[in-house]
Amino acid sequence: MDESIAFFLSIFPRLLAAVPLTLALTAISGVVGNALAVPVALARLSPNPFLWIPSAIYILLMRGTPLLVQTYLIYYGLGEVLPGSFIQQTFLWEYLKDGFWYAVFAFSLNTAGYTGEILRGAMSAVPKGEIEAAKAYGMSKWLILWRVTLPRAIQICLPAMSGETILLLKATSLASLITVWDVMGTARQIQKESYRIYEPLLAAGVIYIVTVFILTRLLNFVERRINQHRAAPVSA
Amino acid sequence: MDASSPSLLSLMSFSQDGWGARFIEGLVVTVQVSVTAYAVSLIFGLLGASAKLSPYKSLRVIADGYTTLVRALPELLLLLLVFYSGADAIKFLLSFLGDDYADIEIDPFAAAVGALGFIGGAYMTEVMRGAIQSIPPGQIEAAKACGMSPLLRVRRIILPQMLRFALPGMSNLWLNATKDSSLISVLGSFQDILFMGYRAASTTKHYSFFYSMTALFFLALTLVSMAVIRLLEARVNRGYK
Repeated sequence: MDESIAFFLSIFPRLLAAVPLTLALTAISGVVGNALAVPVALARLSPNPFLWIPSAIYILLMRGTPLLVQTYLIYYGLGEVLPGSFIQQTFLWEYLKDGFWYAVFAFSLNTAGYTGEILRGAMSAVPKGEIEAAKAYGMSKWLILWRVTLPRAIQICLPAMSGETILLLKATSLASLITVWDVMGTARQIQKESYRIYEPLLAAGVIYIVTVFILTRLLNFVERRINQHRAAPVSA
Repeated sequence: MDASSPSLLSLMSFSQDGWGARFIEGLVVTVQVSVTAYAVSLIFGLLGASAKLSPYKSLRVIADGYTTLVRALPELLLLLLVFYSGADAIKFLLSFLGDDYADIEIDPFAAAVGALGFIGGAYMTEVMRGAIQSIPPGQIEAAKACGMSPLLRVRRIILPQMLRFALPGMSNLWLNATKDSSLISVLGSFQDILFMGYRAASTTKHYSFFYSMTALFFLALTLVSMAVIRLLEARVNRGYK
């Protein structure tokens, strides 16, 4: 038992060294995915069938199939197509040998689908009067989007979006299955080297719980800052 | 595609040795695992929600710990942890009952389904707690005033009304259960859709084709589920609107 605890403690430095990779996966996929969610939501709300039908199918595909299948499809599928293509001659190839960018690609596309659907709901919940007021001021369509619809929609769906970010952080553990040595991947590597099942998983679990806790606090803080003006009065 | 190589679609044939037939076998495994894991998560969810709403503080603390921990950990990590340790934990508990139980074999299917159900149960707990709390307290008081026993109250007042509030959340969790079931392919001892896709892809080297097929099978499962959910929603909401 003592020896098991000693081993459990001894692997923390190695697992902690993988935390930046897990955070990088989450941050890059989160930023790219949320940015892509805007055109997805806009297309979904468009009256033009050439826009809303592809967008609806995209959202359905991302939400209707497991992320692990999407990740394999991108990793192995692109791995089948890219070698031998012109990409191999470019500087991009250096990056594409590693699973990391395939994981980022898969997680970003997936996040765009989920957040796109959330954003669509929030955009249609922006009060009509605010958009009419912006029109009355003579703002162009894009200026209204940039100054009114998008900021208001983000305020509305911020809690849902931070929930998605936590889910994304947890989902990045799937990258370990395509040879990315994130926290989960490192834990599995230690498992294989040491023939111990529990200690690496438990230690990785502790790290994930602490990371999720810190990220939740951080997102709550951002939410409060952005929705400051809507905070409930201190004494009702 | 030149004429000498077989077309991709013929690889997916549903005859004896075509991959199509094996994908169907995989679909059956996926559905079995999802349905059983979902049933287990309903049990954990009901227990968890009752504990969260119970007057005993110790029960509330345990239930809070359960939902907080499970929802903060990646599903893959939890699955591996519960899959391997669940069997050992049960053996350990059974060993107190006598030596006869010490070398009992835990079926891997039961371990995997138990692990997935345990994970889903934490989310189910929150859905059910919310649903129970949305029932107007006046109705429960009225039932008490009519002299109904606690069990009768659950059966006649709480369960039928709770279903209406819980259904959207429960439907989402069912869709998640079908998707999360794909994680069991990692354990190596289950031939679910993703496992079949993995094998088909690595045998034939047609990765994009077979992973697309895998995605299509999951999509079909989602679409059928969504159609059933729509019918169920119409049914539990009859009398409203």
